[in-house]
Amino acid sequence: MMASLMRWARRDKRGAISLLFLVLLAAVALLAPVIAPYAPTAQDASLTLAEPSAEHLLGTDDLGRDVFSRLIHGAPATLYASFLAVAVALVIGVPVGLVAGFVGGWVDDVISRLIDTLLSFPAIVLAIAVTGALGIGLTNSMISVGIVFSPQLARLVRAQTLIIKQELYVDAARVFGASLPRILWRHVLPNAVQPVLVQVTMLLAIALLAEASLSFLGLGVQPPDPSWGAMLARAYQYMEIAPEQMYAPGIAILLTALAFNALGESLRVALDPTMRHR
Amino acid sequence: MDRKRLRLVGRRLVQFIPVIVLATFIVFGLMQLVPGDIAVTLAGESASTERIAEIRQLYGLDRPMLMQYGSWLWHALHGDLSRSILSGEPVLRMALERFPATLLMVVYALVLSLLIGIPMGILAATRPGSRLDGFVSGTASVGVAVPNFWLAMLLVASFALERPWFPATGSAPFGEDPLRALHFATLPAIALASGGIAEVARQLRSSLIEILGSQFVRTLRAKGLSSGQILWKHGLKNVSVNLLTVIGLLFNRLLGATVVIEAVFAIPGVGSTVVHSAINKDFPVIQGIVLAMVLIVIVVNLIVDVLYTVLDPRVNR
Repeated sequence: MMASLMRWARRDKRGAISLLFLVLLAAVALLAPVIAPYAPTAQDASLTLAEPSAEHLLGTDDLGRDVFSRLIHGAPATLYASFLAVAVALVIGVPVGLVAGFVGGWVDDVISRLIDTLLSFPAIVLAIAVTGALGIGLTNSMISVGIVFSPQLARLVRAQTLIIKQELYVDAARVFGASLPRILWRHVLPNAVQPVLVQVTMLLAIALLAEASLSFLGLGVQPPDPSWGAMLARAYQYMEIAPEQMYAPGIAILLTALAFNALGESLRVALDPTMRHR
Repeated sequence: MDRKRLRLVGRRLVQFIPVIVLATFIVFGLMQLVPGDIAVTLAGESASTERIAEIRQLYGLDRPMLMQYGSWLWHALHGDLSRSILSGEPVLRMALERFPATLLMVVYALVLSLLIGIPMGILAATRPGSRLDGFVSGTASVGVAVPNFWLAMLLVASFALERPWFPATGSAPFGEDPLRALHFATLPAIALASGGIAEVARQLRSSLIEILGSQFVRTLRAKGLSSGQILWKHGLKNVSVNLLTVIGLLFNRLLGATVVIEAVFAIPGVGSTVVHSAINKDFPVIQGIVLAMVLIVIVVNLIVDVLYTVLDPRVNR
């Protein structure tokens, strides 16, 4: 296991660096209270919008809070948001796609039209509208993002199911009298996992950007909780006096999104036998 | 246009009808997601019982859902998208007032995406594996991953505040002074286009590489055509069809992305209206604007589909 991981890392440096970055980020998120020098909401009214210094590595924000600490404390919120949205998308999209692809007929027609329609909505606008209905806040906004993402996964799983349905082992299971949920769960789903995994990794990047956008707009994370998008919203307010406030959170979002995308690309190459030797 | 194509176009048009009907149903259904009594939510927390009853009556919330949908749709078909709860303004008028600023940005960004993305894609595809190809791929990766509102902030800091080349906020009506309107829309359009450029460059690169490596190009090369002739006469002609699909998808993406960009530049477009309405639970406005947006996307995609059917050389078979 370790040896093959090392071999992969040597062959695919970009993928390995991305994975390492994400593992480190997860560790930072888990250990945030230990690593961060200050509490995320600790204010120092005498030191607002300070330049970086030994005490405050990235300076302080408009309320005198340590930017470095808020950046670290923003990591768990950001990762939670991305994974929540993708989990919601999986929970809705996968069963819908399986049923549409396997059952076929009018069920598939209805579901496919619904997927087409949902994908016609500009995703972030629909997510904002759903958030408006469910109520603002990080969890609600990311559930909305997950709902909006689900048709993409449903479409992918449906396409996979249509192929897998033709396989002999599925026929065999049917002949032996396996129930529909059992066939879908035990025989179809495991064979559709690989492309879904690739898509999920890419969706994590989009979810991350969506969280940043929604928190920037005030629909996601609510003050005083830290998140990278919310930090950028504050930095925006003070752009004329302290433009350097916007660098760290933006770079954090950019790097994490890059890492998710690169990892998704690596997975695609690693899992696709036709691309292995390119 | 021959009959076969005409029939295909007809089928596309018919296929769009259920999508439009479903879209109206989804937009209407948004209200059903509100937890608890919608009338109470709409009237506000401190509203009197009379006000709640009035709201219930005004928006027809006391009737069964399908009847509400029917009457909402009937009114929408007649251009009545109800009124804002906050301002009492007719939603249709709000939409008509705010769409021009948003659409100007979207079209501007779309043009930028194509003007910059197409040459990038061609350069990368004709020299695969080169340093230039690597640079294009790297730029595209960053273009997809960069939060566009952050890019917008960086642009404002550099090209509006530090060097006052462009206005930092606001917009100008295109009809009165097109140049001034474009001046206002330039920074927002660049921020919007970052993802679009990346998307166009990537798509073009991969489909062009596929075509340049195909059998028929090999045949052309064997017949003695130069690389330039092959690229311009055969490669791009085939790729242009794929590009159409990308434009359809991109329009959808850009229209959505304006929501955040409008917030950065304080542009009074539909995006900022949706955000403001979502925060204040002004559902008639959310529904009206989202409906208008999705209808525009559907129509643009319909046009793309029809063009695709007309232009695709493979349809002739």
